[in-house]
Amino acid sequence: MDNWRKSPAAFWASFIPPTLWLLAFFLAPLSLIWAFSFGVKTGITDIDITWTFQQYARALEPLYLGIFAKSLWMAGVTTLICLIVAFPVAIAIVFAPPKARMWLLLLVILPFWTNLLIRTYALIAVLRTRGHVNFTLEWVWENTNGFLTFIGLGSFNLIGERFEPLALLYNNTAVVVGLVYVALPFMVLPLYAALDRLDRSLIEASLDLGAGHIRTFWSVVVPLALPGIASGIVITFIPTLGSYLTPDLLGGTDSQMIANVIERQFKSANDWPFGAALSFLLMYATFFGLALRALLTKREGMGDRT
Amino acid sequence: MSTLTDLFSRQGKTKIGPLEYHRRLWLRITVALTLIFLYMPILTLVAFSFNDSKRNIVWRGFTFKYYEKAMNNSELIEAFVNSLTIAFVSTIVSVILGALTAYVLWRFRFPFRAAYEGAMALPVVIPEICMGVALMVFFLRTGFNTGGWVWPFNLSAITIAHIAFSFPFAAIVIRARLESFNTELSESAKDLGATEFQVFKDIIVPHMKPGLIAGALLAFTLSLDDFVITFFTSGPNTLTFPVKIYSMVRFSVTPEVNAASTILIVITVLITALALRLQNRNNMLQAG
Repeated sequence: MDNWRKSPAAFWASFIPPTLWLLAFFLAPLSLIWAFSFGVKTGITDIDITWTFQQYARALEPLYLGIFAKSLWMAGVTTLICLIVAFPVAIAIVFAPPKARMWLLLLVILPFWTNLLIRTYALIAVLRTRGHVNFTLEWVWENTNGFLTFIGLGSFNLIGERFEPLALLYNNTAVVVGLVYVALPFMVLPLYAALDRLDRSLIEASLDLGAGHIRTFWSVVVPLALPGIASGIVITFIPTLGSYLTPDLLGGTDSQMIANVIERQFKSANDWPFGAALSFLLMYATFFGLALRALLTKREGMGDRT
Repeated sequence: MSTLTDLFSRQGKTKIGPLEYHRRLWLRITVALTLIFLYMPILTLVAFSFNDSKRNIVWRGFTFKYYEKAMNNSELIEAFVNSLTIAFVSTIVSVILGALTAYVLWRFRFPFRAAYEGAMALPVVIPEICMGVALMVFFLRTGFNTGGWVWPFNLSAITIAHIAFSFPFAAIVIRARLESFNTELSESAKDLGATEFQVFKDIIVPHMKPGLIAGALLAFTLSLDDFVITFFTSGPNTLTFPVKIYSMVRFSVTPEVNAASTILIVITVLITALALRLQNRNNMLQAG
């Protein structure tokens, strides 16, 4: 690396354009709403920046604390489900033959590249009252009912008088399903990376010394893969916590997450200072998670250098 | 592909070794179920875009009718053209800015370099919603109301926003490529009398090229995939593909939306395949 003074012309020519762009169209907008978060609304579009903490205090009201708690809970449940599902998948990929491994990884990543809106729409088509899941269930119900009638039990209405479609959409479960659907690749990849680095002879040694597969998993694999697990948890949790589209399209009236409340403040409720304060709280939560991840992976880096 | 079918077929021939976890039945079932969960919704969406039925659940025969309908929906076409235009301009600018960022961070030591690097990574990590509302407020407050301008300049605000979140991604990819550059090359060029610009143009940029292509493909898909930031920065009069689809989805599930979505999925898959192919070739070139 050269000192910038050695060739200042080259330095400035390559330094200025991206820096200006970042300043003008990223840092300036963020600073603007940061300032707004310390203001109060004085008219329809007038905001008085009085450097008050009023908006942040309002975010601590039970209603908004509840939404924060709910968002954390939904993101937490999503992360946990992703971890439980992704671990066996990552194990299967790591121990698969090289060629199959490449294909499996590609298959896990590919949905991540399709438009989020389209994936959410695809889920709506599957889950809605007249969607594919309910359609399949109805078919199963009709056949079971036909079979029961056939063997002479039809008059007992053993499986109900008629098929009731399940309400699979517009509730919290639908949001969690949608979030898992979106976030799963985020969890598989770091777990895969961690397990791939793991020294297999340690697993062999554990098995040779008489530990079962389950014991080996908990006492050898999990401790060694811990930094990868932590990394996976953080990078699944953070985008999930701030997700807007999934709760908006799949959730019901009580499935609002922070991002939906922020959107409302900036659009229909037109309360920019409060929305700004909420966005910055969300951002601080994100930074906290990232700092945690940096700390955990740094510890890993000291252990073994790859 | 045969290896994949091997993976899912039961191999009764040999006993499963202790470390051959991928051959254990319950793991195979988990992997299969996960893949079904990931692909079933997308595949049904694609399949039912060819279904000759308005209700969209029962298969009533193959048809291209909804593609025709989507093609004749002038708003949808306008939105599609707008989104491709945004993605195209955003990609070009993002690659240039990304290459410059990568070059500065790779080549120079300067005060507050770590802080600068951190600031450049911010657009990659902050929640989309925060960036979306910040840009919306910024464009409204600075009076940068491009919605009424003549096409394609009415897309300026969205394009600027897309560049702001895409170029740091491109910078990461391009910088990874620069790490493999042999500095002896640029030093000897300078010894032989090349100017700083000549070294950049004739030696560093050609070396960067695979990174530039990968960064461009990444920027293009990022722009095409984005919904949240586009949603916040597009004015009421600007139609873009995701925003149009969003309003259609809110309204109902129709085969027309399926057809439009399928077209976008095909474009993204093709670009991703191209990116992977290029990356593979590079890896092979490096290894060989």
